[in-house]
Amino acid sequence: MPKVTAVNNEILYYRFDVDGDNFTSAGEASVQTKRILRRVGFPPEAIKRVSIAMYEGEINMVIHASGGVAELYIEEDRVVIVLTDHGPGIENVELAMQEGYSTAPDNIRSLGFGAGMGLPNMKRYTDGMEIETKVGEGTKITMTVNV
Amino acid sequence: MDYQHSVIMDVGKCKGCTHCLNRCPTEAIRIRDGHAVINANRCIDCGECIRMCPHNAKKASFDKLASLPEGKYKIALPAPTLFGQFENLDDPDYLVEGLLKLGFDDVYEVACAAELVTEYTRRYLKQRGISLPVISSACPVVVRLVKLRFPTLSENLLPILPPVEIAGMLAKEKAKKEHPELKDEDIFTVFISPCPAKVSYVKNNLSGEKSNVDMVVSVSDVYFELLGVMRKTDLPNASSKTGMVGLSWASSGGEASSLLNDRYLAADGIENVIRVLEDIEIESHPNLTFVELNACAGGCVGGVMTVENPYICRVRLRNIKRYLPVSLNHPPQDDPERGVPDRYTMTEPEEYGHVSRYDESRKEAIRMMKDVNAVFATLPELDCGSCGSPTCRAFAEDVVRGTANYEDCIAVMRDKLREMEKGTKQ
Repeated sequence: MPKVTAVNNEILYYRFDVDGDNFTSAGEASVQTKRILRRVGFPPEAIKRVSIAMYEGEINMVIHASGGVAELYIEEDRVVIVLTDHGPGIENVELAMQEGYSTAPDNIRSLGFGAGMGLPNMKRYTDGMEIETKVGEGTKITMTVNV
Repeated sequence: MDYQHSVIMDVGKCKGCTHCLNRCPTEAIRIRDGHAVINANRCIDCGECIRMCPHNAKKASFDKLASLPEGKYKIALPAPTLFGQFENLDDPDYLVEGLLKLGFDDVYEVACAAELVTEYTRRYLKQRGISLPVISSACPVVVRLVKLRFPTLSENLLPILPPVEIAGMLAKEKAKKEHPELKDEDIFTVFISPCPAKVSYVKNNLSGEKSNVDMVVSVSDVYFELLGVMRKTDLPNASSKTGMVGLSWASSGGEASSLLNDRYLAADGIENVIRVLEDIEIESHPNLTFVELNACAGGCVGGVMTVENPYICRVRLRNIKRYLPVSLNHPPQDDPERGVPDRYTMTEPEEYGHVSRYDESRKEAIRMMKDVNAVFATLPELDCGSCGSPTCRAFAEDVVRGTANYEDCIAVMRDKLREMEKGTKQ
């Protein structure tokens, strides 16, 4: 049997590669996140908030940044999601946070996405959200959901 | 009292293959000492393992028609599905007559009670303060699944007794009215069921009180008996008392569509049912009022103890329903209440745990999950089942829980052997 050693026994860590080339696979990390949180025993209300935040983040990375990485840190009483991409960055964060503001292309909108609710929903469903972004370099979003 | 299941194992016939292991939707089965072992705490009586077993090592525990007690006033409670089993049956009266010929003193169709449940459900949905969406409680597998794996949705379950229970109750009342000389213990109700889950329902008093159903026999058992006595040439004296609504309960969507409410969802097949419940639990669903869930594909017509293919059965029921009135059973006209009468309401039977959780404590569950992930990372992800667990992940969980040995994985053993081989060559 392999030796089980963990750096920090209190934090459960997962990393998901969000594939930018495949729009239909967007949302898979959210589904897996749901399953993991259910097994750990988080209340449904918290699972809902985490899975919506994760879903919106995945969709954003696929639409705007041709993919990225979603990381999940699970602790006893909180979940932290870190989304990192190397896309175009966000020019005006304040504007991007406004409901209904979107820079999504038409072909994405015709699929029902790009309604300008992604970032606002991520903020609404989490207890804390930080955006670090640099135009031309990429974006890192850190969200926390407390239980 | 421990939960009594309706799936029985014949250890002698079980070869320890992986058919049931792979199919069990709640991962309740393991192969230990060369044969399948069912974890009673996880089993939901869906019957998938009975369906899948190529060696007939799993059976449903039904009573036999031959063991009907002598000297009692026997009432048959046929499930709507029974009516769809017969070729060329276009008039339900023949079937009712056939049951009387088999020795039953009376027949009370479960479809009649289903029509009452439909009307009471419409009333229930109009009440304020109920948890939406309301989830149908007619399929006992779904009820057990909700209580075991989705306990937060327990309050969404329709608190009305399932049609079979109400049929048993009303059949007994009718018998006493027509034959005042009969005592309670003289009346004996026999449900003709398409699935073993109803056996569990009766055995475990899942309605909260002692069931009004005294015995459960299978549709397939009764089918062959009926074939011998049903004759088209003999005009039936008896008559069926159900309308279209009652018979429509046999197929998926029948119960929900009868509610005359567009905001419903009907899903069938246990895997689909689980997926829908997962979504409802985290509220990622459109505004739904009613959710009908059936563990068997196609609904009750897909029950494991039926004879006919569910889709053929559905077509036949459609032919029978064609010339029936919409509904023949209604709450009494002078019913003073607008709600659901107490006697048709389910009382909460027992509390269940949350079986999909690793541990009661989240801290402990996180530790366990880390251990499981570490073990899982070393496994081949073949999900071959040779170790006796359904998937590599389930195996990792079993190893961490201490119910399986890491060396039971053949891929791990193969690598070990190769290492040893290398060692001896050098």
